[in-house]
Parts: sequence; C-alpha cells; structure tokens
Amino acid sequence: MGEDTDTRKINHSFLRDHSYVTEADIISTVEFNHTGELLATGDKGGRVVIFQREPESKSAPRSQGEYDVYSTFQSHEPEFDYLKSLEIEEKINKIKWLPQQNAAHSLLSTNDKTIKLWKITERDKRPEGYNLKDEEGKLKDLSTVTSLQVPVLKPMDLMVEVSPRRVFANGHTYHINSISVNSDCETYMSADDLRINLWHLAITDRSFNIVDIKPANMEDLTEVITASEFHPHHCNLFVYSSSKGSLRLCDMRAAALCDKHSKLFEEPEDPSNRSFFSEIISSVSDVKFSHSGRYMLTRDYLTVKVWDLNMEARPIETYQVHEYLRSKLCSLYENDCIFDKFECAWNGSDSVIMTGAYNNFFRMFDRNTKRDVTLEASRESSKPRAVLKPRRVCVGGKRRRDDISVDSLDFTKKILHTAWHPAENIIAIAATNNLYIFQDKVNSEMH
Amino acid sequence: MFARGLKRKCWDGDEDVEGAPAAPSYSLQRQSLLDMSLVKLQLCHTLVEPNLCRSVLIANTVRQIQEEMTQDGAWQLPAPPVAGRGPLDHLVSTEILCRAAWEQQGQRPAPDLPSELPGALGAPAPGSAQSCIWEADSSRGHRGSFPKSLDQIFETLESRAPSPVEGLFADAGGPYYDLDAVLTGMVGGKSGPGGGDGLQALAPAGAPPPSASCKRDLGELDHVVEILVET
Repeated sequence: MGEDTDTRKINHSFLRDHSYVTEADIISTVEFNHTGELLATGDKGGRVVIFQREPESKSAPRSQGEYDVYSTFQSHEPEFDYLKSLEIEEKINKIKWLPQQNAAHSLLSTNDKTIKLWKITERDKRPEGYNLKDEEGKLKDLSTVTSLQVPVLKPMDLMVEVSPRRVFANGHTYHINSISVNSDCETYMSADDLRINLWHLAITDRSFNIVDIKPANMEDLTEVITASEFHPHHCNLFVYSSSKGSLRLCDMRAAALCDKHSKLFEEPEDPSNRSFFSEIISSVSDVKFSHSGRYMLTRDYLTVKVWDLNMEARPIETYQVHEYLRSKLCSLYENDCIFDKFECAWNGSDSVIMTGAYNNFFRMFDRNTKRDVTLEASRESSKPRAVLKPRRVCVGGKRRRDDISVDSLDFTKKILHTAWHPAENIIAIAATNNLYIFQDKVNSEMH
Repeated sequence: MFARGLKRKCWDGDEDVEGAPAAPSYSLQRQSLLDMSLVKLQLCHTLVEPNLCRSVLIANTVRQIQEEMTQDGAWQLPAPPVAGRGPLDHLVSTEILCRAAWEQQGQRPAPDLPSELPGALGAPAPGSAQSCIWEADSSRGHRGSFPKSLDQIFETLESRAPSPVEGLFADAGGPYYDLDAVLTGMVGGKSGPGGGDGLQALAPAGAPPPSASCKRDLGELDHVVEILVET
C-alpha cells in the first residue's frame, strides 16, 4: 500500500529519540465520519483533534486527499468525585459522529462518566459596513456618520467553531466503554461495565436503562459489559459483548429492559487450549457490525472473529492475530498486557478486517482470499510516500533477515485504535501519541 | 490434565536451574500465580477508580485457581503456624494492604484494626472474595451477629486457650484454619462456598481432618480480612 504519513503533534524534537512522550497526547480513540471527509481523534488529555481531507485537485497532485488539522478543542476536563474521593479521568474513551443533517457537523465524545454533543460549524464570511460600529467593533462617533449603508457579507479566512450543545451527565455509575448512535438519528446508547442507557439526543436530564447486569449482591459479579453497538440498519437491535467472550443481540421491541437477549453468540471453549488464562483471553474487547449489517466482528486477546447474525453457535471465521503470544500469557498477565483492549475495523465493503497488535504492528485479513498481512506504523520503518513493507514475527525455526523475534517485540508500543475510511482504502492508525494515515493509491476503490 | 499446559505456558521455558528439574513444580507455579493475582487485586497505584473489568477477570482467575487447588486437595500451608503473635501479625499486614486499597477507592476509611473490628463486620459472606473490590455499598446489615465470634477468634489466636470452637478444628492445622473455618461456620445461614459443608464435616467431636471444601475457603483468608475491614 502507498502511504501518506501525518502526525498530529508538533513536538518532533521530543519524539525523535522516543524517550519522551507526553501522557496527555496519547491517542485514545479514532473515528472517521460517515463520508470519510473528517477524521476525529481523542486523547488522554481530553482533547479532540479533527482532521479534514483536502479535496483532490489537479493543480496540486502531490497533496491528493491528504488530511490536515481542521479543528482542535478541549472536550473534557479532569474532574474530582468528592463523594468517592476519586478522580474522573478526562481521557476521551470514544467519539461517534452523528449523520450530517445540515451544514454543521456533530459528534458525541465521552470520557468515563459524561457524554457531550459538539457542533462544528464553519464561518467563512463576515458582515462588514455596520453603521454604528467601526471595523474593530468600537462604537462610532455619531457625528461622523453622514449616510446609511447596508452591511455586506465579505469572505474571510475560514474559521471553524466548535460549541458544546448537550452534556449528558450523571447517567453512569461505572466507566463508560462505548457509545453508539442509532440509525434513527434521534437516540444513542452509552454502555458502562454493568449497564446500558438509551438517550435521546435532545434530552440531557433523562435516560432509559435498557440493560442492567449488576447482580443484587456485588460479590456475585463475574461478568461485565465490554462493548456495545447499535445495528446499522435496524434501529431496534443492538449487541453487547462481555468479559466472558459472549455476545448478546437484543431487541428493544421485546421489553423495556433488555436483560433477556434475543440471541446469544458464544463459542464453546477449546478444551485442548484450556489454561487459567482462558477466560481472560476470551474477553471481547471490541464488537463492530459489518456495514451490511449481516455480520459482527469481535476482537479478543489473540483473535478476531466474524460472526453471522444467523448463527449463534460459533463464529463463521476466526483469524489469529498473534498466536505466538499464547505461550507468553503468564508474562503478559504479570505485566498487565493481557488486559489490553484492542479494537477492530471493517473496510467499506466488509471484505477486509483490520486490528492492531504490539510493536506498532497492525494486521489485515482479507476474508475472500484468506491472505493476511502484518504492517508496522512507525517513523523509523517508513518514510512518507513509501510503500509499507510487510513484517513478520518469527517464532523459532528459520529466521529471515527482517523478521522480528517474539522476545524482541516491544509491548509498550501497542496499536489499540484503528479506523477505516467508510468508502476508500484509507486507514487511520493510532500509535501511542502519533496518528498515521495510510492510503492505498493503487487500489483506491474497494472491492 | 492442564498441568502440562500450564507449565509450558506459564514459565515460557525460561527456568533452567542447574542440577535440578528444569521447571518449577506445577503447584508452585500455580501458587505463584495465585499470589500474583491477589497482589494485583489489592494494589491501586492511582487515585482513579480501578478498572472493573480487569478486577473481575483477576478475581475469576483467583477463584479458578482456588477451585483447582481444592480439587487437588493440594493445599499449601504458607508457613508452619507460629503460636501466638505470628498469625495475627499476618492478618494485620494484609489489612494494611487492604486499607490502602480502600482509601484509594473512596470507601469509608478503614479504622484501626484492633479497636474497630469487633463492631465493624458487615460483609455477609466471608467465603466470597469479591465484596471488598467492587464497591462501597454492600450491605452492612449483619453487623450484630459478628462481634462475638470475632472476639472469640482473636482470643483463640492470641491465647491459644482451648475453646469449644477450637476444639472442633483441632486437626485443622493452625490458626489460619481456625479463623476461616469459624467464620464460615458462624455466619450460619449465608452460604459461603463450602461453609456449610465445612462445618458439618467437622461436627463430630475429635473431628477427622477438614474436608476439601473447608480447605478451599481457607485459601481466601486474605479476603476474609479484607471483608472484615470493608465496613
């Protein structure tokens, strides 16, 4: 694939030797809007940065469709919960774009406790020629006004204005892990570890609880909600995943409280691979419906799985992301890496799936050809506009020249957040505090 | 069974002790995993609320290990029990770990152990490991029924004076077992895992060695203390 590399932070001098990374700059979520024109990222410092794709122009062929910074704003601030004596992190856990209904763009951003609706508008004209005020806005001396004029709109430098339109607070006792906008464009849901709430986009003081898995006795708690999403077409259907590796498809028409699932998707455990870590690695870290709405993609620690909504017994496809880690699970448990939550993504035509791994590697699986590739997102290994070289992790046996051995993988360099353009072969990869945007110039159309 | 698998997985083949078997024994590895998990559950480094998903997964792992250890009947005594102060010290030190965790989780600050404990018990089921981890609002309704038994327990530990309770567990092998088994028995109606069984198994005077289910609870001693401190 060809590549265009953008970085979002200007502190190159710090990053050159990679010894200093501002914690607040660590990217925590990446999301394209519905046309792919805009790309939003959220970080640990509570900021949102929106990139816009430059329109392709014949006059500047080199900058075809590159993403430039469009707007930056502070979405969430750190808070302190005085009742529990706990800090509430300002880290942006998820961003979801609303479908565009007028000239303005809107998105939802959330931290652990509070969801906010932001409206992004452009201003490129400004009225000039006021009668009572001068150019700088100061009141004119009335004696100097000899004639009346009608103010006219004159073009100005583009200004992007972002304003918070709604704040959906106090809906969650536990940490919000997902938000999902309904296809009805009026409601959305937010999920924390134990509950899922349904909100109306215009109403902030009320939400409906639609899933509650909190046991009467917290000592009996053995399972939590890890992710959830609305079906892309059926506004009554949504799915949520659990820490035990199961998926529950729920129908909001069935009951007000959707504790009883319509369908339960669960793969029976493989007895030959059983270990004390089996449950942890089966915990689903992300679930995504396909664009068609027919399939679901799930990510657990070692695999990505494709599920057919019509088959609950097992996934229809399973892809190994980094099976070589299976023998290292104890060490990964010790250093907490086993709890890393990787996301997954479909391409626009649902033919390729992508997910991140360690050492700044990310993986793509072609569902049709069954071929897969490992690529690396890092400054050192790729120059701008160079073709990405496939990487390989060797697990003993014959080692090729550029192979990386399992023991030299850098587990601090994890690609947790990835996103795929809804229509084209453009992907956004968040590697700690850097954002990489790769484009496939050769095969820019989906097939 | 999964002994072999665990050996390979857990130690990544990096144990090469000269002149000794290459890998540590399975039960040692398992114990080490249990210890590591318990430490993970208790340590909180930041002021931010700990990740609930992570805590649940670790607690489930602890439970799995303990269940297997019970089935194997291979319960490892942490150390030969020392008469008098030793076991009590161990309880105290564990409590200190818990207290740090509590305060950081924003619970009511745990009072000093000796003076407050008799009145401070509120956890319904000492057999479960989770109550201290999840949240502050577990019930405090059992306060009344505990103090007496706890006093008895501490008397037992400190003075080693024979008591009816201790007599039942004479073969249990040390104060650890006394504390846990007694609490499990004393709670009565609430069914902690193996609580009822443990008591019944020891009912006859001059009791036979404690049953496996009793031993399972014994491993959750640390959590018993956490529960004691919770309120």
